[in-house]
Amino acid sequence: MSDLKKIRDEFLSKLRSKLDLSQVNQLRTELFGKNGLITKQFKKIGSISVSERKKYATELNNIKDELQNLINSKIGEIEISEVNEKLKKEKIDVSLPERSITRGKIHPVSQTIDEISSIFSEIGFSVEEGPDVENEFNNFTALNTPDHHPARDMHDTFYLDEKKQKLLRTHTSPVQIRTMINNKPPFKIIAPGRTYRSDSDQTHAPMFHQVEGLHIDKEINMGHLKGCLNYFIKEFFEVDKIKMRFRPSHFPFTEPSAEVDIGYKIKDGKIVIGEGDQWLEILGCGMVHPNVLKNVKVDPAKYQGYAFGIGIDRLAMLKYGINDLRAFFDCDHRWLNHFGFDPLDVPTNYRGLSR
Amino acid sequence: MKITFDWLKDHLNTSLKEKFLIDQLTNIGLEVESIESLSADNKLFKVAKIIKTEKHPNADRLKVCEVDIGEKDIRKVVCGAKNATAGLITIYAPPGATIPKTKTKLVIAKIRGVTSYGMLCSESELNLSNEREGIVELPKSKYHKSVGKNYFQNNNPNSIDLSVTPNRPDCLGIRGIARDLAASGFGKLKNSKEQKIQSKIKHTLSVKITKEKGQGCSVFGSCLITNVKNTESPKWLKDKLISIGQKPISAIVDITNYVMLDINRPLHAYDADKIEKGIIVRNSKSGEQFTALDNKNYKMENGMCVISDSKGVLGLGGIIGGTRSSTELDTKNILLESAYFEPKSIRKTAKKLNLDTDAKFRFERGIDPLSIEDGLNKAALLIKEVCGGVISKIDVQRIEKFKAKTVKFDPNLFEKVTGLVISRKKILKILEDLGFKHKKEKKYLKLTIPSWRPDISQPIDIIEELARIHGYDQIKTIEPIKKRHKPTLNKTQKLFHFLQRAIASKGYVEAITWSFTDSKYNNLFKENKKEIKIINPLSSEIGVLRNSIFSNLIFYMRKNLNRDIKDLSLFEIGPIFSGSNPGEQETVIGGLRSGKMSRLSWIEDDRIVDIFDVKKDIIQTLIEAGYDRSKIHIDDTTPNYYHPGKSGRIFINKEKDKIVGYFGEIHPNIIKKIEIKTESLVGFEIFVDNLKRPKKLLRDQKKVYQVSDFQKSERDFAFIIDRNFKSQELIEIISSINPNLIKNVDIFDVYEGENIPVDKKSIAINVGIQSLDKPLNDEDLEKVNKLIIDTVEKETGAKIRS
Repeated sequence: MSDLKKIRDEFLSKLRSKLDLSQVNQLRTELFGKNGLITKQFKKIGSISVSERKKYATELNNIKDELQNLINSKIGEIEISEVNEKLKKEKIDVSLPERSITRGKIHPVSQTIDEISSIFSEIGFSVEEGPDVENEFNNFTALNTPDHHPARDMHDTFYLDEKKQKLLRTHTSPVQIRTMINNKPPFKIIAPGRTYRSDSDQTHAPMFHQVEGLHIDKEINMGHLKGCLNYFIKEFFEVDKIKMRFRPSHFPFTEPSAEVDIGYKIKDGKIVIGEGDQWLEILGCGMVHPNVLKNVKVDPAKYQGYAFGIGIDRLAMLKYGINDLRAFFDCDHRWLNHFGFDPLDVPTNYRGLSR
Repeated sequence: MKITFDWLKDHLNTSLKEKFLIDQLTNIGLEVESIESLSADNKLFKVAKIIKTEKHPNADRLKVCEVDIGEKDIRKVVCGAKNATAGLITIYAPPGATIPKTKTKLVIAKIRGVTSYGMLCSESELNLSNEREGIVELPKSKYHKSVGKNYFQNNNPNSIDLSVTPNRPDCLGIRGIARDLAASGFGKLKNSKEQKIQSKIKHTLSVKITKEKGQGCSVFGSCLITNVKNTESPKWLKDKLISIGQKPISAIVDITNYVMLDINRPLHAYDADKIEKGIIVRNSKSGEQFTALDNKNYKMENGMCVISDSKGVLGLGGIIGGTRSSTELDTKNILLESAYFEPKSIRKTAKKLNLDTDAKFRFERGIDPLSIEDGLNKAALLIKEVCGGVISKIDVQRIEKFKAKTVKFDPNLFEKVTGLVISRKKILKILEDLGFKHKKEKKYLKLTIPSWRPDISQPIDIIEELARIHGYDQIKTIEPIKKRHKPTLNKTQKLFHFLQRAIASKGYVEAITWSFTDSKYNNLFKENKKEIKIINPLSSEIGVLRNSIFSNLIFYMRKNLNRDIKDLSLFEIGPIFSGSNPGEQETVIGGLRSGKMSRLSWIEDDRIVDIFDVKKDIIQTLIEAGYDRSKIHIDDTTPNYYHPGKSGRIFINKEKDKIVGYFGEIHPNIIKKIEIKTESLVGFEIFVDNLKRPKKLLRDQKKVYQVSDFQKSERDFAFIIDRNFKSQELIEIISSINPNLIKNVDIFDVYEGENIPVDKKSIAINVGIQSLDKPLNDEDLEKVNKLIIDTVEKETGAKIRS
């Protein structure tokens, strides 16, 4: 047996036994160190006859590669197992609490406004806004509610001057007026916002939210009004069927006017919308009064259409089971956290309005 | 407006049931608010006979009565009435019954140690009259066989409460409601066959309406009834009034009330003997006064419509009468008034004097001007029937002649507005039933409006009548078209919604607070803004419009902290006001944070929230909204409600006239003043209207995508610089040296103290240098290094730290 084969066999068997890292390094030095066995063999190449030299060199290189690979993989194995040993000692209690979370919330009224806007957006309404402080004309007179009209008594108004010319809007209907004065028909808008009445008890707050709707075009009739509201209510409460009742009523700014009731029942102490034989009033609406159109320089002989006003807070209460209107504005952090919505929960049509 | 089906039947022939009535009323616009069932409870009240009375052992004024209520067992009832004696037939209410007057429910109770089963009732307790002395004494002859029977007849009708809209004065009378019902197919309206006063007796009291500007009375009808004997009303009349919750008073008052309720014709009865030399209807003069029937004294201004005599004001026409000429039980001669008062005049006067009466409510809505004589006939004849006396001829003074209004109506308009088709025949039928007269004029109908419908004046009113009576349920639902012509939200609205959710996503809980606030809180944040007072606030705590978003937010912050919630982040987005004109408002976001971060955390040390927390929240929000960080500039000029040394002001593109926001610690004096208990209170404001919406869409603002694959080098510098020097400026100076090479400038340490002069600080900066075109060698880097040091030293006076 040649020297080479001997070295190979000897070291292969040595490397196959169980070794730690220093033992492997020791074997490596024995083989490849300055005076290592393999190193020495390389030095010998020059002294070998030319005819033998090529064969010898090839064999030596093969053995060198074989041993070196084995040493490398041996070292890799040992390192991995040493890391594994070390990691075992680093185990921690992963059930300890995470770093603290702060979670913001969107107010239920804001969320409801987004839901409402999303629904009306689908059927072509755009959002308009107006100031909270209004003049008497936009809030009352232009809306066919002159000073001597008893209907004014229904609006307990906050005034900002003794002459009662400046006031906090009692409804969002003045946005109708502003929109129609500043633009040309057709109009198809909703106007959500803050409204104010000097009224305060369990079911009334001096500030609340309303969304006004207005659709004026050449051939818009009460059938369209019914269709629009029916669509809205169904979408808003996310039910397939809705029981709705249009009841004749009176508002100075619409004629014919209606109040709309929806059917409901109480099941397990919770209100179920769309079923049952109880009625709940949820909005007022009607065909825009020709006097209103005249007041904003729209020709009632050419244009007609409908308007409606819905209490946003009340819708939110019904949909989300909130009992107390006053709590909306009381800013109790616990309440806001309970009824508020995650900011990522943006109502959209394709993901649904609510989760 | 309360009605009963029975009363309706005085005017309506119908075989339909009450159940259908309720629905039908609502369907035609007379909303049923509530139905009060009297009969159920009334069954409990029994005719009873006192068998024996004994003095109450523990109370001198009380008696213990043994009462026969027609059952086997005799009831023991404690009673305080003097007239409770053996043999008396009276009315007994058992435990469980509700006393009509007090609305209290009786229970078995011990009264001074003696158990009382129910109660013996007085007339007043049963709302039968005002008689409060003693219990009811029923005539023995009539009732001795009725002991144990129900006192009230079983068929006592339900009282139906209607909400009558302000445009329908005619439905403030039972007949008006009957007419509407008949038109809708619910029975047939009976003809009113009112008898007329057939009198030859002269009306001897002179009545005059002065013709003057603003005269609020156009017609004044009256008649005299002499030698009457005012008395209790007959049972049918009392029952009628009681059935709708009215209390009988005396025949004359009850009769005028009855006529008012029946046909909506308010009347007023004067004691004719108390009128000095006749009636003058005129405008009041400033300073005149009188005592009204509510026992209050009213002082008048010029131009209020008063009924007066030679001595002065007797009453306010159509609103309230006066005590000087009021009828009493011993009144012998009465003057009965039936007049027409102008709604506007009534409303103006009542508002000025802050008076609200039933008559005012009716006159301001408009009374049928043609009902003057009907009212007098009906009431005078009833008074005569009940109280006797002699009726004079009717005298009607008028300064204006009634002219029926007409309207030209195109029946095709009905379909155009409602989308509903009904036959011409049906249209005419409905209008006739409602009292309209019609005449065909080419394609139009010329309609004469009934005198009792002041609300009708134009074609749209006719359309409403037809739609209402025909039924809204007949209108077809037209599905909406899903088509959008305009974006739903404009840029400003989109930004509003984006910011709202961006702030919430930083851990803030959204609050909605009132737009008004307490001036005490408002003053802390108002700076030099004008205070905007509400002239009629509900309370002083909400007496002014808020000048700042913080005035309410801080109030509720405190409230929550007092609930022992410590680490809070609240925000609100909404209007603040700078003046009392429409539009003098802007949209602001305000956020407040209190307490600590990582309170009670096992892993991190806790620390108080500080200015750099809110700075991060506001800057991150702006960046998310699309504003480039490098364009956001900060200085330290802030309002006085922030800590003067720990607050900042934000602009975009250095446009100092458009303040985008503030952030910082709330001024410690304010925290002290309103006694907020927290370790730290920091906040920010964003003035949404000052945020310029870039003309270009975000997607168009993005530059060409370009990155460098060459090695990036980093160099650290430390400069010693003036303590007040803004680090922001240092970053800007370095960044602008060569924007193509300098990729980042980060401050990683700021140090003041040992080894640094007192008025200086040391700022350590890391600069990343990278070229798009080539790898940089040592020489290139050295050049950049030197340039940075030279520029900073030159422009800021800083010294590089060696």
